[in-house]
Amino acid sequence: MERRDFLKKSIIVVAGASVPLSALELVDPKEVLAANPDIHWAFLLDTHKCVGCGFCVKACKTENDIPFNAKVTRTWVERYVYTKDDRRYIDSPNGAQDGYTESRIDLGQGNFKEIDPENVGKAFFVPKLCNHCETPPCTQVCPVGATYKTDDGVVLVDRTWCIGCGYCIMACPYGARFFHPVEKVADKCTFCYHRITKGMETACVNACPFGARKMCNINDINDPVTQIIMNQRVGVLKDEFGTKPQAFYIGLAQEVR
Amino acid sequence: MKSHVWRTLFVVILLVVGIMVFRLFYVPSDFGSGKRGFMYSYHRFSNEGEWKAQPIKYRDTGKQKMHEYCGECHDDVVEVRTEDLHGTIACENCHGPAFDHPEDPEELVIDRSRALCLRCHTDLPYTTSERHRIPGIDPKEHNVDEMCVDCHDPHNPRLEDM
Ligand code: HEC
Ligand code: HEC
Ligand code: HEC
Ligand code: HEC
Repeated sequence: MERRDFLKKSIIVVAGASVPLSALELVDPKEVLAANPDIHWAFLLDTHKCVGCGFCVKACKTENDIPFNAKVTRTWVERYVYTKDDRRYIDSPNGAQDGYTESRIDLGQGNFKEIDPENVGKAFFVPKLCNHCETPPCTQVCPVGATYKTDDGVVLVDRTWCIGCGYCIMACPYGARFFHPVEKVADKCTFCYHRITKGMETACVNACPFGARKMCNINDINDPVTQIIMNQRVGVLKDEFGTKPQAFYIGLAQEVR
Repeated sequence: MKSHVWRTLFVVILLVVGIMVFRLFYVPSDFGSGKRGFMYSYHRFSNEGEWKAQPIKYRDTGKQKMHEYCGECHDDVVEVRTEDLHGTIACENCHGPAFDHPEDPEELVIDRSRALCLRCHTDLPYTTSERHRIPGIDPKEHNVDEMCVDCHDPHNPRLEDM
């Protein structure tokens, strides 16, 4: 046997022997799924189930070190009140981090509007967060390559690279980005990347007592949440912008944008 | 075509080369595009790992598993817990993050404020919302200046059991 042949064959033998060894290793299926490059994270929000308790905002701010006393938040809950004489009121005091403990509407600048209970037509709560768009305008405008979409579909900000110009904050049609008052960089929802990549739920999904928030791998058609997105009537926010949001809503209204 | 053109051109070329050399050293070597291309995913790859390494604070157990975990040591509380009333509220919502409890923090916070309960129990006249299913009270009338937990058990709020 020639030396070259010998080397070739021994490489094949070694390679062949190592495959079944690694296949025998015991692995956590959740870990494999989390490392799967075909994963594509998506979010499902059910506005029928939301009661506006704001536990999701509280959990998000605690988990991700967003200051409670600053008027910034990665996720927030909006309240929509339609009166019988066809007026619409929308508010979200402090992003609902303390829930909705008053019936009056926060009009901003210290003005409030009390609505006669008899006059309330329909009212509901809508939880919001970054939509992790498939074609995110925020990452397109970044001049330094500090914000990007990962291969598993999450839009992140590189804190060491961000120069804080605020261009992405302007570019987001959903107002999901803000300037982090402590880190001094642009900040946004990460889908709790440190949790989901370890097979855990996001802090907000975990916190919601009523199941209004859910997460899934939209490439996995056996996932019950993916099934809902595929088989039920869901909508996205500002579809006409062409951003292809990955946060899907059940029970949207025209005013919810 | 004499010297003055060449001179400016030389300065420009020098500038470009200078910037390229600076860039070569300044931009980290793991800068590149993911599978969504230059427009959406041009980034420093090691940043993904930095985000993954953020500390976890809340346990991930889902509601039922949460109760099983906490019940190992606080089974008295978990036993009185009402499945149909407050059973759906994860313990951590009221007691704060508990990823490493009971090591760190050794004790969880106990929030006895009215504000905690009023998140869900303020009466809002929204008949079309799920909020309407939760019994509401007027915080300005219902036993003002007293803590809700003086009368109601937060783990078993059933009125008959009061
Ligand atoms: C391994 C046992 C253990 C587990 C599991 C555990 N705890 Fe504890 N917990 C303790 C100990 C020990 C203390 C401190 C001693 C004390 O005050 O009772 C404590 C204290 C507390 C306190 C403060 C009690 C007080 O009287 O000040 C709360 C609230 C609490 N735990 C909630 C929880 C929740 C919620 C969970 C589930 C996420 C949980 N615990 C899981 C052992 C445990
Ligand atoms: C609705 C909010 C809420 C939820 C949900 C909740 N707690 Fe509590 N918990 C309280 C409050 C308020 C107190 C203080 C009660 C008091 O002072 O009488 C308390 C007290 C405690 C205490 C210490 C005093 C005692 O009664 O022994 C423990 C331990 C505890 N909770 C564990 C838990 C565990 C475990 C869960 C999850 C099954 C849980 N709690 C869910 C609000 C809550
Ligand atoms: C002095 C004791 C006391 C205090 C303090 C108290 N409650 Fe009550 N609560 C009662 C009693 C008694 C009832 C049952 C009779 C009734 O409906 O008024 C009740 C009823 C309720 C009900 C059921 C109402 C219904 O229509 O079914 C809720 C919800 C409630 N309380 C929440 C709270 C909350 C939230 C707080 C704190 C902000 C609080 N309570 C403080 C004594 C108290
Ligand atoms: C996350 C929202 C939420 C929070 C926070 C909350 N509750 Fe409740 N509460 C509920 C739900 C849901 C029910 C059950 C409604 C139903 O199905 O009848 C309920 C029921 C009750 C009832 C009525 C029980 C009955 O027999 O009708 C009382 C009293 C009550 N809660 C008191 C409290 C107190 C006191 C606190 C603060 C420690 C509190 N709740 C915090 C959601 C909440």
